[in-house]
Amino acid sequence: MVKRYLLGNEAIAHACIEAGIDFASGYPGTPSSEVVDTLRAQKEREFYIEWSVNEKVAFENALAASWCGLRSMVTMKHVGLNVAADPLMTSAYTGAKGGFVVLSADDPYAHSSQNEQDTRRYAHFAKIPCMVPASVQEAHDMMKDAFALSEAVGLPVLYRPTTRICHSKGDVDLAEASEEHRTGAFEKDPTQYVVVPAHTRVLHKKLNEKQPAVRKAVHALGYNTAEVRGKTAVVACGIAASYVREVLPADVSFMKIGCFPVDPAWMEEFVRAHETVLIVEEGAPIVEERLRQLSCGVKVFGQMDGTVPKEGEFSPALVAEMMVKAGILAASPFQAPAAAAPGLPPRPPVLCAGCPHRSVFYAIKRAFPDGIYPSDIGCYTLGLQLGTVDTTICMGASVTVGSGIAHSGEERPVVATIGDSTFLHTGIQGLINAVYNNAEMTLVILDNRITAMTGHQPNPCTGETAMGASSVPVSLEALCRACGVQFVETVDPYDFTASLQVLKEAKARPGVKVVIAKQACVITAKRAKVRRGRYVVDPEVCTACGACLRFGCPAIGRDENDKAVINELCNGCGVCADLCPTGAIGKEGRR
Amino acid sequence: MSSSFDVLIVGIGGQGTILASNIIGEACLIEETPIKGVETHGMAQRGGSVESHVRIGGEFGPLIVPGGADLMIALDLLEAVRYRHYLKKGARIIANDHTVVPTSVHMQSLDMPGRDALVADLADFDLTLVDAADLAAEAGNLIVQNVVMLGAAAPSFPLKPESLEEAVRRSVPPKTLDLNLRAFALGREAGLKKE
Repeated sequence: MVKRYLLGNEAIAHACIEAGIDFASGYPGTPSSEVVDTLRAQKEREFYIEWSVNEKVAFENALAASWCGLRSMVTMKHVGLNVAADPLMTSAYTGAKGGFVVLSADDPYAHSSQNEQDTRRYAHFAKIPCMVPASVQEAHDMMKDAFALSEAVGLPVLYRPTTRICHSKGDVDLAEASEEHRTGAFEKDPTQYVVVPAHTRVLHKKLNEKQPAVRKAVHALGYNTAEVRGKTAVVACGIAASYVREVLPADVSFMKIGCFPVDPAWMEEFVRAHETVLIVEEGAPIVEERLRQLSCGVKVFGQMDGTVPKEGEFSPALVAEMMVKAGILAASPFQAPAAAAPGLPPRPPVLCAGCPHRSVFYAIKRAFPDGIYPSDIGCYTLGLQLGTVDTTICMGASVTVGSGIAHSGEERPVVATIGDSTFLHTGIQGLINAVYNNAEMTLVILDNRITAMTGHQPNPCTGETAMGASSVPVSLEALCRACGVQFVETVDPYDFTASLQVLKEAKARPGVKVVIAKQACVITAKRAKVRRGRYVVDPEVCTACGACLRFGCPAIGRDENDKAVINELCNGCGVCADLCPTGAIGKEGRR
Repeated sequence: MSSSFDVLIVGIGGQGTILASNIIGEACLIEETPIKGVETHGMAQRGGSVESHVRIGGEFGPLIVPGGADLMIALDLLEAVRYRHYLKKGARIIANDHTVVPTSVHMQSLDMPGRDALVADLADFDLTLVDAADLAAEAGNLIVQNVVMLGAAAPSFPLKPESLEEAVRRSVPPKTLDLNLRAFALGREAGLKKE
């Protein structure tokens, strides 16, 4: 036993190693990405690991490994589970053999997400167990148990941490890495693994028959706990349980739900012992829906009556307010804070200094001043601040939204942007569809050779696998041509003039055009010791026109005379020098 | 109620708030003090405003309640003002005497408060300003400004400075160890001077 200060995701990864994991796959998504990244970073590794092209692919790979008897895990974020929902639903029918854990991290408050959906709904939908940790230590302990639970009930287990678990840190007790590893062997059994209607009808019945045993196994783990201390109770799930414990009066009963499905008889006994119950859960009112069915005569406070917010994330202060509303606390124990300072300029995340995407967006704006700009999920969504992102829904939707708009009679040109990883994830299907159905649009693939937003995970454009082996990078040009695109051009976004020229050429052509803007992510380039040198402004020549400032690079600011000045963030892309109308910007030491 | 000593580290993505919080975490492990914390990842890392919560002695959740923090370490002066409502009345602030102008100021022509206005906004607190860039340059590299600031805050922690120093040793890449130890020492000296 050793105690370490770890990120939730690191503790989860360590638990996988303690559980003797054999196979891990995933698609990066904040806040889940560091689980696979931590496993990847292990110097000695006795398991297979991959970053897959999307969540459905990752899910099916890991499911197959489980069928071969391996302990496997697939990781993603909540919206990624939508992509993997198809195999998820049926995997409950085929079942798992080796422990199979589906980690889907939720993001209340959408810190880094397009919605706030609740993964627990999927577990209920698929009729499989779901585990929801309340602290970093529990995240560790639960993950270890998840593999054993999956094997005991023969089902995939959904593991649902939230942002404030994944990205919180704590002192965690760890155990030794497991020495035990398995070699996969597939045993043929078409009645189990071939879901033709005749088999699936039997499998569905079996799944339903398993449910009482599943409830029993889940309850036996001891993550659902209850203490009766008075006539008033608080019921909480996940990280909210930690917030509740911080403010809970000593004479108030407390029930903590860590695993689903919950045993209804156990919950009913607890609820009926009270006069008032408050349910505190982030996301959907899942515990509340069950509890209200069992609560006849008991006064219940929760999301459904407006005591608890239906959106966003909780905090100890917010939980204290809920308790005040429910009459459990007379007043919040937290002192009122000083007022937030008004009128400060916001500091939202921006594209890095020298990011190749900024230059492409700027060129798009020049070449298509009246364009409509559907975009996608990644760093480049930050192009929003440059006015070149008009829509974002989900991975791959830039291409499909683009072709949809193009087919709607809209006269303005459509220019969609998508990253390399997103294109391989679900963009390519949209491209096939757009070309085959003769859409009028330009697709710009922002190819920085890496999945940058989530922490620089390799993808098939990178030329290196998650295991660290070199591999053949996919040819985006050849792929796009194979989809039927006639105009495919690759540009270097640091060459602003040439990029602009190619975009204008694309504009003049009919049908679907693809421009691949290829330049390594500035962060990976820096790590690879690429040094381009810095650019400087000649204050004698600068007219303070502000053209370079409109480029939105964080390395460019103004001095006390309003003239441009380039700070130490400069990564030397040199695009500002191309944009300066007076030629005031040049490479340091070159004049 | 939690009896933890709550520290908020704020700054700009890329300035090293995560390393600073890791060092505090290691120091707590050395002193066998429970610790919880949470920080900004993902979107906010790209030069955005970031916050890291650290609860020394924390036994419950990782989040600090607004009005509940005992100490703030601000790697940027503007960010100190942005997050000041997290502090208890009269709490201590160790702030970098410098701010990076947000890109939004140029892009949207917003007003940028001057240095004196920002300092005035913190008048109700026990403020210590540190020239982190100057001290980091003296230590040998501008990159260690976060460790300078941590050193400057060290006298305000309920942890022994030696534990923090040992934590620096355990947390930084070996080849930058001397640089970081110098940064920590220079920061600590600056923090003590202001006491």
